Amino acid sequence: MHEVDMTKCLLLSLQEWKLQHAPRIPVVKVVHLQVGDFTCVEPDALRFTYAAAVQTTWLAGSELRIEPIPLQARCVVCQATYTPNPQQAYQSPCCNHPMEEILSGRELKIRSIDYVFPEAADPAQVASGGEASQRLSASHRQQAEAIAPEPCPVA
Amino acid sequence: MPLEDSLGLNLLAANQHQAEHNRAHFDAWNLLCLNVMSSPGAGKTAMLERSLADLASRWQMAVLEGDMTTQLDAERLEAVGVPVVPITTGRACHLDAAMVSGGLTLLRQRLDPADLDLLWVENVGNLVCPAEFEVGEHRKVALLSVTEGDDKPLKYPVMFREADCVLITKVDLLPYLPVEVERIEAHIHQVNPRAEVFQLSAISGVGFAAWHDWLQRQRDTTASAIAVSHPVRSDQASAAALVGA
Ligand SMILES: Nc1nc2c(ncn2[C@@H]2O[C@H](COP(=O)(O)OP(=O)(O)OP(=O)(O)O)[C@@H](O)[C@H]2O)c(=O)[nH]1
Ligand SMILES: [Mg+2]
Ligand SMILES: [Zn+2]
Ligand SMILES: [Zn+2]
Ligand SMILES: [Zn+2]
Repeated sequence: MHEVDMTKCLLLSLQEWKLQHAPRIPVVKVVHLQVGDFTCVEPDALRFTYAAAVQTTWLAGSELRIEPIPLQARCVVCQATYTPNPQQAYQSPCCNHPMEEILSGRELKIRSIDYVFPEAADPAQVASGGEASQRLSASHRQQAEAIAPEPCPVA
Repeated sequence: MPLEDSLGLNLLAANQHQAEHNRAHFDAWNLLCLNVMSSPGAGKTAMLERSLADLASRWQMAVLEGDMTTQLDAERLEAVGVPVVPITTGRACHLDAAMVSGGLTLLRQRLDPADLDLLWVENVGNLVCPAEFEVGEHRKVALLSVTEGDDKPLKYPVMFREADCVLITKVDLLPYLPVEVERIEAHIHQVNPRAEVFQLSAISGVGFAAWHDWLQRQRDTTASAIAVSHPVRSDQASAAALVGA
């Protein structure tokens, strides 16, 4: 189940994105991914592991939406675009040429993120929720430490 | 009012950043790092045993060993006299850049990586995901044994597509098998016309000279690329540059 590792890595990547907003903490609604057909990722398995993995994190309640991207290649002989077929050994149907130039299908991308800041979502909450938001940021800090990148080997 | 960040970020960005960090160290140490990948049992360790023995007089080398179920692979390779650092993968089905970074920390307790010419990373035996997780390598080497059949490059195309070099291993067994090595090679080139392909037998030694010539060419090109991008290569200077990276 390498989708579990993919998900862990996705969460780290989202964590990197979150830190760009520090000290503010975005509340994520939807994470839009593009996943190519010519990758090792099964969209269904990824959605499933994501939903399970975010439950206890700052991403709880967020949804993963995956746009599959078909494999497309260009025949380098005649420049025609084609959809490689494993049954035909991925070769171009026009010239029977091997799959040389891939145009799409290798994507593993975070295309965009829908999010709000708690202030914007509900100003009243911020006015009265100072303590709660401090608790929140403390738990985020712990989490950031828990998944901090490997220390530099020469540091 | 929902905001939207248009990112176009790699899903594996966190791994990518760690991989680039690792590669910056490799470049500063002027070593060539190879990521060796295959299905379980295709012959990664057997190839390494022979290549390490044959190349020991040419290069200083070390191995980061991702086979974690047992220490066996590490022991086999240590027997050749090359430092081997086992990497803890837990139950992961591939190595990622952070695990390799952890391996580098252990490696530095035993030697100065700046003395190395080649660093081998033996990945976890798996044809699927290691290809998606860069560890900072300069070249990807995929192995495929003749006993696996000729359809594997078409069934698991991503690794063969990403590989710079594909080693068809165990060719000493060809007389006993209903496979044609030409078909295996043709299928590799269907998904990756640019791949360099060599046929090897770790038993007879067939093919190793050509494979080592390829390594020499990679070593030469990377070394000159490094020399251009890092005219000054003191380890301290590069370490300083990497702080906060
Ligand atoms: N006949 C023959 N057997 C080989 C050759 N290379 C490896 N083997 C055998 O294949 C088996 C697996 O080889 P390893 O080198 O352990 O394979 P590996 O890819 O390192 O395996 P994992 O690390 O477990 O994924 C062993 O029994 C080897 O002796 C070869 O060139 N010819
Ligand atoms: Mg092995
Ligand atoms: Zn064509
Ligand atoms: Zn570093
Ligand atoms: Zn994996």
